[in-house]
Amino acid sequence: MTADPTPPRDGTAAPTVGRPLPHDAARLHVTGQAPYVDDIPLPAGALHLAFGLSEIAAGRLVSADLDAVRAAPGVVGAWSAADLGVNPDCSPSAHDEPLLSDGTIHYVGQPLFLVAAESHVAARAAARRAKVTTEATTAILTIDDALAAGSRFEDGPRIYGRGDPEAAIAVASHRVSGRMEVGGQEHFYLEGQAAAALPQEGGDMIVYASTQHPTEIQHKVADALGRPMHAVRVETRRMGGGFGGKESQGNALAIACALVAARTGRAVKMRYDRDDDMVITGKRHDFRIDYDVGFDADGRIAGIAFTQYARCGWAQDLSLPVADRAMLHADNAYWLPAVRITSHRLRTNTQSATAFRGFGGPQGMVGIERVMDHIAHALGRDPLAVRRANYYAEATAPAAPRTGRVTPYGQEVTDFCLHDLTGRLARSCDYDTRRAAVATWNAREPVLKRGIALTPVKFGISFTLTHLNQAGALVHVYQDGSIAMNHGGTEMGQGLFQKVAQVAAARFGVDVGAVKITATDTAKVPNTSATAASSGSDLNGMAVQAACDAIRDRMAVQLAEVRQADPASVVFAGGQVRVGGDMLTFAEAAAECYFARVSLSATGFYRTPDISWDRIKGHGRPFYYFAYGAACTEVVLDTLTGENRILRTDILHDAGASLNPALDIGQIEGGFVQGAGWLTMEELVWDDAGRLRTHAPATYKIPAMGDRPRVFNVALYDVPNREATVYRSKAVGEPPFMHGISAFLALSDAVAACGPGYPALDAPATPERLLAAVARVRAEAAP
Amino acid sequence: MIRFILNGDGVQVAQAAPTDTLLDWLRDRRGLTGTKEACREGDCGACTVMVTDAHGSRALNACILFLPQVDGTAIRTVEGLAAPDGTLHPVQQAMVDRHGAQCGFCTPGFVVSMAAAHAEGMTDHDTALAGNLCRCTGYAPIHRAAEDTAAAAIPAHILADRAMFDRDASPAGQGAAEDRTAPPDAAFFRPDSADALAAWYSAHPDATLVAGATDVGLWVTKQFRDLGPVAFLNGCADLRGVTVTLDSIRIGAMTTLSDLLPVMDDHHPSFAAMIRRYGSVQVRNAATVGGNIANGSPIGDSPPALIALGATLHLRRGDTRRTLPLEDFFIAYGKQDRAPGEFVEAVTIPRQPDRLRCYKISKRVDQDISAVCGCFNITVTDGAVASARIAFGGMAGIPKRAAAVEAALVGKPWTAATVTAAIPAFAQDFQPLSDMRASADYRLTVAQNLLWRAFHADHGSATDVLEVAP
Repeated sequence: MTADPTPPRDGTAAPTVGRPLPHDAARLHVTGQAPYVDDIPLPAGALHLAFGLSEIAAGRLVSADLDAVRAAPGVVGAWSAADLGVNPDCSPSAHDEPLLSDGTIHYVGQPLFLVAAESHVAARAAARRAKVTTEATTAILTIDDALAAGSRFEDGPRIYGRGDPEAAIAVASHRVSGRMEVGGQEHFYLEGQAAAALPQEGGDMIVYASTQHPTEIQHKVADALGRPMHAVRVETRRMGGGFGGKESQGNALAIACALVAARTGRAVKMRYDRDDDMVITGKRHDFRIDYDVGFDADGRIAGIAFTQYARCGWAQDLSLPVADRAMLHADNAYWLPAVRITSHRLRTNTQSATAFRGFGGPQGMVGIERVMDHIAHALGRDPLAVRRANYYAEATAPAAPRTGRVTPYGQEVTDFCLHDLTGRLARSCDYDTRRAAVATWNAREPVLKRGIALTPVKFGISFTLTHLNQAGALVHVYQDGSIAMNHGGTEMGQGLFQKVAQVAAARFGVDVGAVKITATDTAKVPNTSATAASSGSDLNGMAVQAACDAIRDRMAVQLAEVRQADPASVVFAGGQVRVGGDMLTFAEAAAECYFARVSLSATGFYRTPDISWDRIKGHGRPFYYFAYGAACTEVVLDTLTGENRILRTDILHDAGASLNPALDIGQIEGGFVQGAGWLTMEELVWDDAGRLRTHAPATYKIPAMGDRPRVFNVALYDVPNREATVYRSKAVGEPPFMHGISAFLALSDAVAACGPGYPALDAPATPERLLAAVARVRAEAAP
Repeated sequence: MIRFILNGDGVQVAQAAPTDTLLDWLRDRRGLTGTKEACREGDCGACTVMVTDAHGSRALNACILFLPQVDGTAIRTVEGLAAPDGTLHPVQQAMVDRHGAQCGFCTPGFVVSMAAAHAEGMTDHDTALAGNLCRCTGYAPIHRAAEDTAAAAIPAHILADRAMFDRDASPAGQGAAEDRTAPPDAAFFRPDSADALAAWYSAHPDATLVAGATDVGLWVTKQFRDLGPVAFLNGCADLRGVTVTLDSIRIGAMTTLSDLLPVMDDHHPSFAAMIRRYGSVQVRNAATVGGNIANGSPIGDSPPALIALGATLHLRRGDTRRTLPLEDFFIAYGKQDRAPGEFVEAVTIPRQPDRLRCYKISKRVDQDISAVCGCFNITVTDGAVASARIAFGGMAGIPKRAAAVEAALVGKPWTAATVTAAIPAFAQDFQPLSDMRASADYRLTVAQNLLWRAFHADHGSATDVLEVAP
């Protein structure tokens, strides 16, 4: 690390923040020296676990004869729920997820019994030897099955809205309606779920877990062991990817490890083989979205009604807030004068759908973007013109009569910047010229068609469960001037630790190399929230800032008092401390404070201000602010096979005043490709028996190197957050995911070039769905 | 005894089951945990290691690589890429500088693939890295890192691995010939020639032959199958390689898809283009042409191309050899015309003017199994179809010729009317299945449309999305 070239005049705006520094573990990553849970050496005699899984989707577990399992080579024990005598709950919400089947079977892949063996392979191989007897009942697999059976979470649909959309639609000059099926998505974190438990003195337990939520693991393990939370310490240094899939889905592994560790006194590890991981754990919710919209000749929406059907799987998990967030993003960037959003949360005999980057937001957003596209097609207008006609009022502009600033859930949008941002992107990506070039190509070429789409993102930042918007930190300054930093956020590759370290370094005016990043540890910072909802740097950055400032202020008081200077005049910058006429190195200052018996350790705490939300009424200010962006994607489609390619993507994204532009651009590039994968090639297929047929990378295809856009231009909007976030930055984890919608609608645009009909494309737009859509638009009469 | 060089040091493995994978050995026995497991089926590349031998340096998936397969090689894992003094390999440094790692879990596999490509001078990074999945970055920074290192010198310690095989000097592993002819009661057998294999296999017809293990590997890692007696064919040098004569191209059974690629670049570029999408670099470096035929898969990509080229299969049992048209080898799903103890020795294709067009259709362009693979070898003389050999994968229980379609084309003018008239013949040739990759309807429609693609391509329209410039 090099020192900051231009030390700032004060300690509050050091250049450490905003620099494109590498990920803190970059060198460890590229040399294979960064350990993950499965890499941690365990004491001799450690055991390895595997679950035996249900092969039916619904019914009763009659018996599980595990004698052959127990007799298999290397096996130390095997237990059904009855054998264990306890059956701890793994749910993050509704206490409806027993570790092992309690007799009822809810889905194919549900853990029925647990095997402990001397190796991972031995445990997995032995699990196959069980003689399991079941009685199958009729499974509820699809949205239609669930609706017919009335199988749902909550008593009935949740409904948010304003005004009388039916009346507005009825009197509007134009109207379209439609239905869109939106598939789910496997997280495909490269590191599968993993946990290890090490028994300690007095029945205490240390757990290493690949989790976004160490406190949840601590809580659930303590519950399972019948011990207070203080008896369980959970440590997470890093995950090999999370994406929401490690918010709750790691609970079962940690609980199983702790139970067996407590019983045997041996260290215990469990990791899911990839197939098991995909069969057992939840994925993104698939949705059906029905819409009915009335609009004028310019495409301005007068009234709209959405019905969202979310397939939640067998247990509640996080489905209610996911479905809520889908409703909260059904407006995306658009003023909807009269609107109703109806949300059905359906219970099915499939994996329990869970958090996944965007947390319902993408599903809500793709619905309204589909509507914009459909309106434009019906009017024969450029979809971008229709979008801009419906945008919320720009924050800097007075509200025009027909536009508004208030969301369907009553929050005023005070920071809207998409008019300006969209204009900048449309110019930089040469949208109008390229749209004309696409039309020229399509008129000439009979087989390959091009398509282009420019779509916006407005994404609400804050946990909608208000109490989660809090964070703690623990910072130590050692007498040699080195700094140890800890907070409740977890590192899953997003660069949180590096960004927050840059904040800490800036507060002390030192080089970021002086800051030691330490593993997330429930014994250091308690009661943390999941690293989720894009909140990591907003919350933990502020908590660390508070802790650093507490220490820095104590140091300033001490140093100033000795020199009869004003504490407010002490400057921490460039690795130096200037106090009165003296210049000290930061290390000298720390040593001086130590000898003067000044506490050089502090906790920090932050809670997001100004938010309140009533999820039953659907009213309030759930979000502290919004993050914005827009993407333009051009594709080429083979109308003979449905094969396609993303030719070019341009993204302009609002990360506020970025804490680290390199890491933020990394989130944007990665988010786009993951979002495009969700809507194009990533297809989850269940068969009629409820078996997931796409349970490994051989059959479930995430984007590969060649699937990224051939030309890929990503830039930051670079305008400070209007709200007082850490260094006026904005959250960046989830919002860019939804730029993938531009790829989906570019494909729809290419299909639309084949005939007069509207493509009405479902997601994921696999080659097969695209080919079917081509046939459809050709068959339809002109509108 | 299995011997190889690991990160510059000689290693001997005395106690190994024939199906112990290199990945498990590295992680569990050597504590080299930099090499990651993320799928255990050769589809993600997180476990990539660089293996150097007389054929050069290549990336391989350690998760489906059995220890006997690396006997006599030099292996570099991610821990061995940096120079002994700690200087990062150029690809490692570029990955740091370009922010190519986020969560870091795929990163070791990427940097090893990049180092192997760098050592071989590969500059088509989309192809070289198609076998490494990343879920965080969207690949753009990794691609930039790979581009940055194109001109960098190969580090001395990497060259040293290669030099061992350039000279005739025997590296530590190469003294193991005596083991290859181990007695039949050994845990496994490693013949050093086709003759040795023929003798042993006819005496052990129930044995499992392991060529590249890209299929058999999964029998072990995913299905926990007991393979019974096992023979590893990687020592049979005389089964590997391509011989081009005036009238034929003979492809030895142990020829890898990577070996075949440059040959097809010269003779049938469309076949070569399909091979670039066959598995990944790691898979093609292990997978063999003989294996792709012998396992009888209905969705292997090389048989349709070879059938369309009129290939002849060479089978051998003991000292008895026979030949048959390749399409006749495939009798029904899971059933081939192969006697117990008989093995594939080679496949030959007649030299011919190149008219072959190979079309592979899958959800993902790279490293995906074909929903449909259609290969068209249609010659047109004076505007009429003089001959047509058309074969498909994914359309039946076996790789299969489209005999009725061929009949509907031959002798007719090569026009849209002829294509239109031939389309119904597809339903006579094929009744495909629905599965997680595609529905039966889609398969049949696409098969028909691929004939249209061949027609449009002959008439000047753009037909390949991969060739469209942004």
